[in-house]
Amino acid sequence: MKLTSLLATAALGLGLATAAVAQDKTKVGFVYVGPVGDGGWTYEHDQGRKAVVAEFGDKVETVYVENVAEGPDSERVMTQMALDGADLIFTTSFGYMDPTINVAKKFPNVKFEHATGYKRSDNVSTYSARFYEGRAVQGTIAGHMTKSNIVGYIGSFPIPEVVRGINSAFIHARKVNPDVQFKIVWAFTWFDPAKEADAAKVLIEQGADVILQHTDSTAPQAAAQTAGNVITFGQASDMSEYGPMPRVSSIIDDWAPYYIERTQAVMDGTWESKDTWDGIGAGMVGIGEISDAVPADVKEAALAIKASLADGSYHAFTGPIKKQDGSDWLAEGETADDGTLAGMNFYVEGLEGDIPQ
Amino acid sequence: MIVLEKRPQPSQTWSMATPVVAVLATMFFGGVLFAALGKNPIEAIMTIFWEPLFGEFSFYYRPQLLIKGAPLVLIAIGLSLGFRAGIWNIGAEGQYIMGAIVGAGVGLAFYPLEAWYIFPLMVIGGAFGGWIWAMIPAILKVRFGTNEILVSLMLVYVAEQMLASVSLGLLKNPEGYGFPGSRNLQSWDSAHNAELFAGSGMHWGVVTALIAVIFAYVLLNRHMLGFHIRLTGEAPRAAKFAGVNPARLILFCLGAAGVLAGLAGLFEVAGPAGQITIDFNVGYGFTAIIVAFLGRLHPVGIVLAGGVMALTYIGGDIAQSNLGLPSAAIQVFQGMLLFFLLALDLLTNYRIRLASKEVA
Repeated sequence: MKLTSLLATAALGLGLATAAVAQDKTKVGFVYVGPVGDGGWTYEHDQGRKAVVAEFGDKVETVYVENVAEGPDSERVMTQMALDGADLIFTTSFGYMDPTINVAKKFPNVKFEHATGYKRSDNVSTYSARFYEGRAVQGTIAGHMTKSNIVGYIGSFPIPEVVRGINSAFIHARKVNPDVQFKIVWAFTWFDPAKEADAAKVLIEQGADVILQHTDSTAPQAAAQTAGNVITFGQASDMSEYGPMPRVSSIIDDWAPYYIERTQAVMDGTWESKDTWDGIGAGMVGIGEISDAVPADVKEAALAIKASLADGSYHAFTGPIKKQDGSDWLAEGETADDGTLAGMNFYVEGLEGDIPQ
Repeated sequence: MIVLEKRPQPSQTWSMATPVVAVLATMFFGGVLFAALGKNPIEAIMTIFWEPLFGEFSFYYRPQLLIKGAPLVLIAIGLSLGFRAGIWNIGAEGQYIMGAIVGAGVGLAFYPLEAWYIFPLMVIGGAFGGWIWAMIPAILKVRFGTNEILVSLMLVYVAEQMLASVSLGLLKNPEGYGFPGSRNLQSWDSAHNAELFAGSGMHWGVVTALIAVIFAYVLLNRHMLGFHIRLTGEAPRAAKFAGVNPARLILFCLGAAGVLAGLAGLFEVAGPAGQITIDFNVGYGFTAIIVAFLGRLHPVGIVLAGGVMALTYIGGDIAQSNLGLPSAAIQVFQGMLLFFLLALDLLTNYRIRLASKEVA
């Protein structure tokens, strides 16, 4: 068993070696969970890929496969890219974590970059963005803007990433509006326009006049536009086609600088496995233009908090903060450590409902 | 003028030929589609059909064909029994999910014990999970005459909710930092449905699929029950006179399909997939319906059809990566296959004749 698997690995490695010699361009592969035209998550990763092409021109060749299911299919697609001579492969969904680790074991000379995961090895790095910083800005605007004091939130999956966003938005909405309530609907999908539209409609019917979404399609924007007098925020990409109303701002994932930096590192032979978690300051999280539908003083407040997050003078999770059950989490002035944030699976005080288990 | 003339008996020749013609027609019109997208059609078709089998890296893709094809064949065999008797189980996807959940659950209950009996127990659990999920539409149909198409299909969505629930709760990996998904069974020897020979793609699911094919073949050709299944589908009135017990047939056909779909789910979760996650199911249960019909509901045909479908998936991904074809084009390509198959099926029952207009 051990020997045969070793032989198989050797055979795969050999296939790779011959393929790699055949070219001197740096080949970069991208594995996408959605279609490149989703207007959100995958779209922005593909923008990052295009930025790599624009930066390096002839020195780089990029390939991508979209709509890759998590699990064995993704493992096959990654292996295929590695066999075809990819030097660097970005796997852009949480569910690609174990497949990435598996494939990376077979191709020690290929570098892998897994988005939003926590498993690393010698040739696997992880990277993610501190989207919760963007949520703090959104929460500030939402708290000011809501008249019904009900903010609707479309959650995708109840994972730490999403819970963190809800908490951050809620804390900052409460700061500027002590009466605000959050209503959360779990869509259990990253991308499903029909489900997302339904979720938005339900929230609007329940009185929400601000909709935040952690799903990737523009369907909630369209639903809010139809309803009128409801504001939304672009998710993952700017979604500016829905501005100035309902979309008043957005969180933009900007992967381009990171993708360029890591591709350069592979070219220079300086690539090392590491964990990157960048926010507004490093430019990985962008805040889309705040539209004129937002009063000037609110816009100013939002930009102020954005600036303080960017220069590091303020942390989005700064105490005193209690957990939902009333127990203490952060003392006055204390800020959350990355470990707790990475595995966040509790609501902060004031949020209603339970995280689905 | 072209007229369609009903054949006195379905044509044996066309029945065998239509899948082949459908594949060829798909290649042709798929090529037209790829050309319209600005790609070299010959290269695209070659990439999809030739590359995985005989290309430079076929040593890797051939085993992948088994991994991708085995669950399709396993599920399609079960479905074909029912389809032959006019019992329409559309919910194999749900039975597949439940097999995986129950099987993985049985295994994880023993974690981290290492013992030889864990995997066999998981297999039984997987079969049971699929079976019990199929028994719901079966018993409702037998007792209350409900429509099994609707009930089995709706239960897919229930199963998906259960899958999300156990991924987030009951089976969640306690060492997973709060992320959804179970422990990875691949890193636990007693529960891992490993390749029987490394690099061969042969895991227990492939073996089981082959055994199921043989059993189905013998059942349909040599066994009274198989005769009843065929008779019920082809001549329901005759079946009644022959003393076929419809309730028993429904329970058997749905039950067998459930068991096989459940097994497919278990072998997948314990092997290639490794863990229960919210997005564990990728549509094998639905694709298997295409496979069953593409294979003419015949066990041997299903093996070939499963291979062709697996080929379009694997080749399709290669074409995306190498030629930059959008995944939607690949999906249209796969859809064409079913479309042409159904369209050409007409020729099995009808003859096309060129008739000159007769003057009365």
